[in-house]
Amino acid sequence: MDRIPILKMGPFLLVTIQVDLYDRLALTLENDLINMVSKTEAKGVLIDISAVSIVDSFMGRILGNIASMSKIMDAATVVVGMQPAVAITLVELGLTLSGVHTALDVEQGMELLRTKIGQQDADEEGLYDSFI
Amino acid sequence: MIVLSKEKLPIQKEQDVILFRNRIKEVATKIGMSLVNQTKLMTAASELVRNMLRYGGGGITHIEVVSRNSIPGVRLSFIDQGPGIADISLAMKDGYSTGKSLGLGLPGAKRLVNEFDIKSEPGKGTTITIIRWKNGL
Repeated sequence: MDRIPILKMGPFLLVTIQVDLYDRLALTLENDLINMVSKTEAKGVLIDISAVSIVDSFMGRILGNIASMSKIMDAATVVVGMQPAVAITLVELGLTLSGVHTALDVEQGMELLRTKIGQQDADEEGLYDSFI
Repeated sequence: MIVLSKEKLPIQKEQDVILFRNRIKEVATKIGMSLVNQTKLMTAASELVRNMLRYGGGGITHIEVVSRNSIPGVRLSFIDQGPGIADISLAMKDGYSTGKSLGLGLPGAKRLVNEFDIKSEPGKGTTITIIRWKNGL
């Protein structure tokens, strides 16, 4: 069966979607990603969709699901590389991708994830301070 | 309206959808449709073809290049022999779904194209036809 590869990069998981997804493949990715978050204790998931030519309501729902599932498992999700035509179409379709963080490209997406982790660390330190 | 070319593609399984989308892209590129309009057309087609597979058990699609007043466009038809839609106006409402989807498929597809026509008869099936003109807004 076809599968989208998931790469581990430090505390993050990296997914680059290079093929056009059909529904079953998208569902498999959703499943694999959540299992990987649990197995690797990842703190963030970065999904690069720069090679994806269309995002329809099903694909949008999958992205939303991945973000909410990761969130309950304490990992942030950033979707990067959306093509302008795809963004225009998504808005007209009526899909807002609420709850999904986005960034322009992989570099900025990684930066965003690092900031999110940094904030978390700072919060934890603050917590310890208040105990002392 | 003049029909310049016509082809048929059966849709029986999910993988057929990719082939169908690629063919639309080829046809739309050939008439010089802009990337944004191509993306809108393909997204609308993706929604409709999914409905056809999920609720209609698959069916036949037509991809046509048409021309009206010398303006070219792409006309797509989705024909299934499924159970049909009992209440079309309800199905066209945002957020309404009998499945577990977001309910954006039909109304969303309509927003993405220039012309949208739906005919359905309970027990007999559904036919949806959409047109996206080359540079139509």
